[in-house]
Amino acid sequence: MAEKVLEIRDLHVTFDTPSGPLEAVRGIDLDVEAGELLGVVGESGSGKSVSFLATMGLLPARARVTGSVLLAGEQLIGASAKQMRSVRGRLLSMIFQDPLSALNPVHRIGNQISEMLRSHQSLSSRDADKRAIELLDIVGIPQPSDRARQYPHEFSGGMRQRVVIAIAIANNPKVLIADEPTTALDVTVQAQILEVIERVQERFGTAVVLITHDLGVIARVADRVNVMYAGRNVEQGTIDNLFDHPSHPYTRGLLASLPRPGKQRLKPITGFPPNMVNPPKGCAFHPRCEFATDVCKSELPSLVSYGDLQTACIRAKELPKAVILT
Amino acid sequence: MLRYILRRLAWSVPTLLLVTFLVYLALRIGTDPVESYKRVNPRASRAKIQQYIDINGLDPNFVQGYFKWLKNFITGEWAPSIKGRREVWPALKDAMANTLRLGTAATVVGIFFGLIAGVLAALRPGGRRDVFINTSAFVGISIPPFISAILLQLLFAVYWQRWFGESLFPTSGVYPAGHSGFDLFLMLKFMALPTIIVAIQIIATYSRYMRSSLLDVMNSDYMRTARSKGISERRILIKHGMRNALIPVVTIAALDVGSIVGGLIITENIFAYPGMGLYFLKSFGDGDFPLLMPWMVVIVASILLFNLIADISYAWLDPRIRLE
Amino acid sequence: MAFRRFVSHKAAVVSCIIIGILALFVILAPFTARYGVNQSVQAPPNSFLSPRSNAWLGTDDIGRDLYSRLIYGVRVSLLIGLASALISVTLGALVGAVAGFRGGKFDDILMRVTDLFLAFPFLVTLLVVRNVLGGLPWLKPLTGEMNSVRFIIVLFSIFGWMGVARIVRGQVLSLKEREFVEAARAVGASRRYIIARHLLPNSVGPIMVALTFSVVGAIIGESTLAFFGYGPQAGDGATSLGILVGAAKGAVQTGFWWLAVFPCFMLIIIALSINFIGDALRDATDPRLDRGV
Repeated sequence: MAEKVLEIRDLHVTFDTPSGPLEAVRGIDLDVEAGELLGVVGESGSGKSVSFLATMGLLPARARVTGSVLLAGEQLIGASAKQMRSVRGRLLSMIFQDPLSALNPVHRIGNQISEMLRSHQSLSSRDADKRAIELLDIVGIPQPSDRARQYPHEFSGGMRQRVVIAIAIANNPKVLIADEPTTALDVTVQAQILEVIERVQERFGTAVVLITHDLGVIARVADRVNVMYAGRNVEQGTIDNLFDHPSHPYTRGLLASLPRPGKQRLKPITGFPPNMVNPPKGCAFHPRCEFATDVCKSELPSLVSYGDLQTACIRAKELPKAVILT
Repeated sequence: MLRYILRRLAWSVPTLLLVTFLVYLALRIGTDPVESYKRVNPRASRAKIQQYIDINGLDPNFVQGYFKWLKNFITGEWAPSIKGRREVWPALKDAMANTLRLGTAATVVGIFFGLIAGVLAALRPGGRRDVFINTSAFVGISIPPFISAILLQLLFAVYWQRWFGESLFPTSGVYPAGHSGFDLFLMLKFMALPTIIVAIQIIATYSRYMRSSLLDVMNSDYMRTARSKGISERRILIKHGMRNALIPVVTIAALDVGSIVGGLIITENIFAYPGMGLYFLKSFGDGDFPLLMPWMVVIVASILLFNLIADISYAWLDPRIRLE
Repeated sequence: MAFRRFVSHKAAVVSCIIIGILALFVILAPFTARYGVNQSVQAPPNSFLSPRSNAWLGTDDIGRDLYSRLIYGVRVSLLIGLASALISVTLGALVGAVAGFRGGKFDDILMRVTDLFLAFPFLVTLLVVRNVLGGLPWLKPLTGEMNSVRFIIVLFSIFGWMGVARIVRGQVLSLKEREFVEAARAVGASRRYIIARHLLPNSVGPIMVALTFSVVGAIIGESTLAFFGYGPQAGDGATSLGILVGAAKGAVQTGFWWLAVFPCFMLIIIALSINFIGDALRDATDPRLDRGV
């Protein structure tokens, strides 16, 4: 097994809201190995973005974060603001969903990249500019030296996302967190952006965490997958195992609702995502689960190895083998 | 950019003409300049009155009269004031200089402290400091300047004198009676109270503008990007936050000249400060047409000028705006 | 929802109570006032008495009781504020709705005119427009004498509608593109119907806010005019907050502090209370806040 660069253990995130505390993340365990591309899947509200914003230390002060996050052996939960600043952008960086608003409209593209470089490396401004142009070239922006002098509004959405990637990889981080990087883009552009991310991963050996609600995206690029539901992991494993024979009813449902060529009908998961102010007792998925029994309503399952997958379902062993229509 | 400025300047000429025509109409109807002349100079001869009508373009036909006035105004043939037959230009020039001094002082002080207060409030929204600043600003904009002027005068000038034997700030003029020459310290002392009163309004207004603008910016995605870069909070605030938050504030500032001048007029009157405001109220009270029209031209021209400055600074601060 | 948010604004609730008490005092003026408007306190010599038991807030230059005069003055000022705010809001809402809905030339001209008025220093425009109104003889039946309360109300109605029209126009412009208006148009509803049934009711929040701010605007405006000697005249025993504040100017130098302090504080309290109410209304009716947690 490869070296683990990021180890998340028992991570909890709670927000205080007027209607009571809201536990958005309820004990997550997750490992990222060096150089791999880990997909994190879940519906909106499943806590996938919040977990990684907590890892980055980017949550607002009213969020309470507990648990352990080790980045290359360094504990990030409870680290000082100064320590977090030195980690962010250097060892750990992040790409966001909406490239249209992620770049500061009043600064030149080149400056926004070199700002990232110079905040963690002692570079002359000339060297930083030169490096910024190289980075633009790496992420596939034509005429990088001209484009570096332009402003974000002169770039298309896909081009802006490339710039955001260039900023994120500027200091060659150990882990790159990509939060729904393709959701706001056209389908044709999506594929290009995924390609850029893969290229970066291969070229620099960066571990990538790809957060998405789109299993299709995961299937295309991920090595391993981690499925989240209602602030907990429900299943994880390699992409092949998980897509071949998912164990957890939620994962089965996700895969069954995926459109595929030749498949006759989509089978949606019934019901609605849980209200996180007051999540269901026991396994949070039980109200929507066709296999749920009384035990599921009282006991909170945790990840257990089941074959070549890790699954958080008490009944995983008894369930019939999943039939995924292909 | 230069072409844009030139074109805007060229466009401001017809605007200026149209607005001064409206002002001319309003003053003709509102103050009846010929009657005012007769009232102030009851023994004026028929010929004198006719001369007054001719030079000021006060013909019965408003359009003809306006162009007559315009011609005399441009060629520099300005009528003397109806009261005391004073030259208009020197009086207007002095008033402009005095107001510019008071207005600049108050604006600089006001915007400086207003912006700082707004930033301090926005840094921790909902915190104790924010509530204090925001409430004070709200009280500040709710109190009209003449009320604060009366109360501050009562406290610092009249009662200070009763309690401590000498008033802290004088309440009228630029210099004490009989003073001649330039004395910076004395001038500052005389200007202090009116400056504070105008500045209070500006501080209150701009701290609110800045607060809401910065709060908008703080919640934007690019601020999160900046934070994810691991740069210092100070740098995030100054380089990414302030620069964007200032864009709307600067635009409003340049368009706000009218209301600042409005505050100046009221304050000047209360402190008998010989600026544009006192000039206006005196000549308006007398119905002194020869004094009023040039004053209006100056005001309209400066509003147009500051509008232009607003647009230019907007484009300068925000690369998304191109002036064509 | 909106009501709950309004009530959670503590300053606004206190302001409502203050304005309520003031209104009660003013409506019940015959009972709450101790002397008539122009009646002197009966204890000669009685001019410039400092606050005491037979004149709670002191007396003025000819011995009239300031406390009673404040009640009568606030009565007139509130009347001016409410009347001109109601007229200007009605006028402004209609003009703004039509301008926003129709767009085109009418809209352009409206915006230009209001721009012009708003760019000028307030007091200058106010004085010039006041004189123009007074200088047009054919307006006399509407406006009355230049120093009457009616004239002041007409003057501030003419001033107030522009701000309201801008607000409503903006609101209508954004509502116009919304689905329910498109839907109404698609089923063939008339313009008038859409304005009356969809656009104006959905602009109630901003209109209410504009109403409160126009009340303050008119009250402060009246005081400003009176302060500079252009306000309503104390004709048949009437007075107003403006007249009282105007008298304060003279009292400053001579040191009769009560003549300055009490009217000024009354004006501040009224302006602040109504502003707080308006601010809370704006927060309460702002649809953007509905989504917040």
